[in-house]
Amino acid sequence: MTAKSNPNRTALSGVRVLDLTNLLAGPFPSLLLALLGAEVIKIESEAQLDAARRPPYAYDDPDASPVFNTINLNKLSVQLNLKEPEAIRLVHGLVSISDAVVENMRPGVMDRLGLGYQQLGKINPTLVFASITGAGGTGPESSYPGYAPAFNALSGLGHLTGYPDGPPGELHDSIDCRVGATAAFAILSGLFHRLRTGEGQFIDLSSRESIAMFTGEALMDFSMNGNGAGNGTTSIRRGNRSPGMAPHGCYPCKGQDAWVTIAVSDDTEWQAFCGAIGHPEWISEPEFRDSSLRQKNQETLDLLIGDWTQTKSPNEATKLLQSAGVAAAPSMTRPDLANDPHLIARGAWQRLEHPVLGRQTVQGPPWILSETPASIHSPSPLLGQHNEYVLQGLLGASKAELAEWLDAGVLN
Amino acid sequence: MAAPFKGITVLEYAGFVAGPYCGRLLADLGAEVVKIEAPGAGDPARGYGPFPGNIPNREKSGLFLHLSLNKRSITVDPSTPSGKELFVKLAAKADVLIEDCSPGRMSDMGLGFAQLQELNQSLIYVSVTPYGQTGPHSVWKAQHINTFHASGEGYTLPGGATYAKFPERPPVAAGAHLGEYDAGLMAASGTVAALYARQIWGIGQHVDISKQEATFGLNRLMFTQSESEGHVVDRTRSYVYGGIFPCNDGYVMLYPREDRQWRALVGIMGNPELAEDERFSARASRIENAGEVNAAISRWTQTLGKDEIYSLVAPSGCPVGLYADSQDLHKSPQLQARKFFREVDHPLAGQLSYPVRPYQFSGLPEEATIAAPLLGQHNNEIFCGQLGLPPAELAELRRAGVV
Repeated sequence: MTAKSNPNRTALSGVRVLDLTNLLAGPFPSLLLALLGAEVIKIESEAQLDAARRPPYAYDDPDASPVFNTINLNKLSVQLNLKEPEAIRLVHGLVSISDAVVENMRPGVMDRLGLGYQQLGKINPTLVFASITGAGGTGPESSYPGYAPAFNALSGLGHLTGYPDGPPGELHDSIDCRVGATAAFAILSGLFHRLRTGEGQFIDLSSRESIAMFTGEALMDFSMNGNGAGNGTTSIRRGNRSPGMAPHGCYPCKGQDAWVTIAVSDDTEWQAFCGAIGHPEWISEPEFRDSSLRQKNQETLDLLIGDWTQTKSPNEATKLLQSAGVAAAPSMTRPDLANDPHLIARGAWQRLEHPVLGRQTVQGPPWILSETPASIHSPSPLLGQHNEYVLQGLLGASKAELAEWLDAGVLN
Repeated sequence: MAAPFKGITVLEYAGFVAGPYCGRLLADLGAEVVKIEAPGAGDPARGYGPFPGNIPNREKSGLFLHLSLNKRSITVDPSTPSGKELFVKLAAKADVLIEDCSPGRMSDMGLGFAQLQELNQSLIYVSVTPYGQTGPHSVWKAQHINTFHASGEGYTLPGGATYAKFPERPPVAAGAHLGEYDAGLMAASGTVAALYARQIWGIGQHVDISKQEATFGLNRLMFTQSESEGHVVDRTRSYVYGGIFPCNDGYVMLYPREDRQWRALVGIMGNPELAEDERFSARASRIENAGEVNAAISRWTQTLGKDEIYSLVAPSGCPVGLYADSQDLHKSPQLQARKFFREVDHPLAGQLSYPVRPYQFSGLPEEATIAAPLLGQHNNEIFCGQLGLPPAELAELRRAGVV
């Protein structure tokens, strides 16, 4: 039977995840799990609204946030005010019927609420509990709150992005998603272990370390050569250049602030490149004869290439170079991506209807799985949309109890 | 407790960063990962560096050593008939194959997903390529700079502080081959999802990862916000106030967004009067007077070192980060306390410090970290020991350049 004829066959069929997360670094991994078929229950409250339901993402109506929608697709929402002991008791009930918990609260908050691993692991010893913090749950800086721009700096990635004679690079919210993607891998690993052995565990994830893993080439340069401050080729930012390749850059094109990237990795590609741009005479130019000379004379070369790229749009230049076997791609803007036939063909953009926002365009799953496709089946939940399903359906509460909890502010 | 992937065998027919990072994440959690390298040159990461003393040596490339911890290495050329035979024998027994060939290339060699699935129904076949297996751009050639800019994130970097200084310069790809790691990380989660699915449904499958889409997918907040607000985010993006500030030995990031964070910061700066100053007391007024806010912060940061600023500000809860270089990371008391780095001895590169894992699993057994393999180090062990190839035949294949 193929997956298409069995839409219930998803990778994480039967997995239930409690989501006690906020904004992005926590909601992103539970989004990935939800795209893979897990039932993700977001525990939220008007008393402590998710930041993506508040300004600058939503103003008057917490359900009218396109950003919240895009990072909470497929999830369910139950409103529980964690300041109320009764709400904590209900979370404990959910923990006993769940497989994983993911949280990115400030360090110590979960413990104070009675929701730390110490407590929840006793309720459900097979639980996979992932805690995402800025610096990790241990160490002298574990109590510091974490922010994406800070991990970009503290992880070493900012230092490696940008121009050597300018300030470091400013990566923003994508950093949170990178932390979240690392967390998703870790949680999946924990779930796989649980499936095979029945054993749960606590996963303590550091955002700073998650991003620092990506700077391995620079970390190794220091290990080997002590080149921490930027003497080595791999331990300092270098604009669009790359050791071993020239030309290698981002070049100005016809149009407003339009750019094309080009990378030539060897002499064969260099010859193809010269032919494609109508300068076969550069092949015999002594200054550009081999890769090391091209690297040495890169500034001159870049100016000459810029003269050519400025006569083309990014797409024209890309097409011409690709058909000659040279690596090239536009530096794509949001509108470029929206209209990219390739991304559209692969389902990297998908449309769906949101009950408050109307038609939304969102990004598809980041993997194509042939037999258990990841998919978007629902928009983000309205606040408390699944109160009845979760509390009555899963926990067996009565309608009267729900009304009582609503009155008492447990459910809000 | 055992490691999560104990007993899972992974063939890694992939080079440079993306596929190998996927393999490394699995290896670090117990998978038995075997790199299949090209005879002679090996993984292209072996040629990249950094090298000790900047002297190229394929056994001492820092990038390769980092990405190949806990793996074994064999050399095979699967484009030859006898190389293909060995490859197929390995794939018939493997749980996971990670490959990064241009789409179509594996099928041409008789090693495509459909072909290997006939021999091994439960194989998880992971393809990591610049633009994925399908779609009009799947045939495009690419290096990291291309896919990173094609993801949409390149256009937004390096950011407003650089733009203010060099408005004429182009946008840049992130450093350290970030987009390759994005793809490797996404491939790793896709692989584990497929392993999970295999455990419940008993099926193998093809996991198709596009580098462009891996990084693209991480920028969803920015894309969604810019779409709903109707503007294009570009490399001028910055903080309205706060952001990067120069200090006497580098840069720090300070972002006193909330009022309480601003009050804490000006107290530390020795300017508590600024907390009461109407021009700055509320977020809206700080936005309005961003130039003055930044000038005040900058006057202070320039008198101090980055470590000093970080230790003064971080405990207050005001968002702060020092722009760390590799030395700062190695020296960080926090990373040291968490044993983020581990000393590992390699027969040729010697004892070096490596970043190990960004997470700690309470149930993970303490196991030694194994240094990266030498090129073909495990040929005998795997071909003769596991596949039962007579040593004489291995010697023959070696002479023929297949191994």
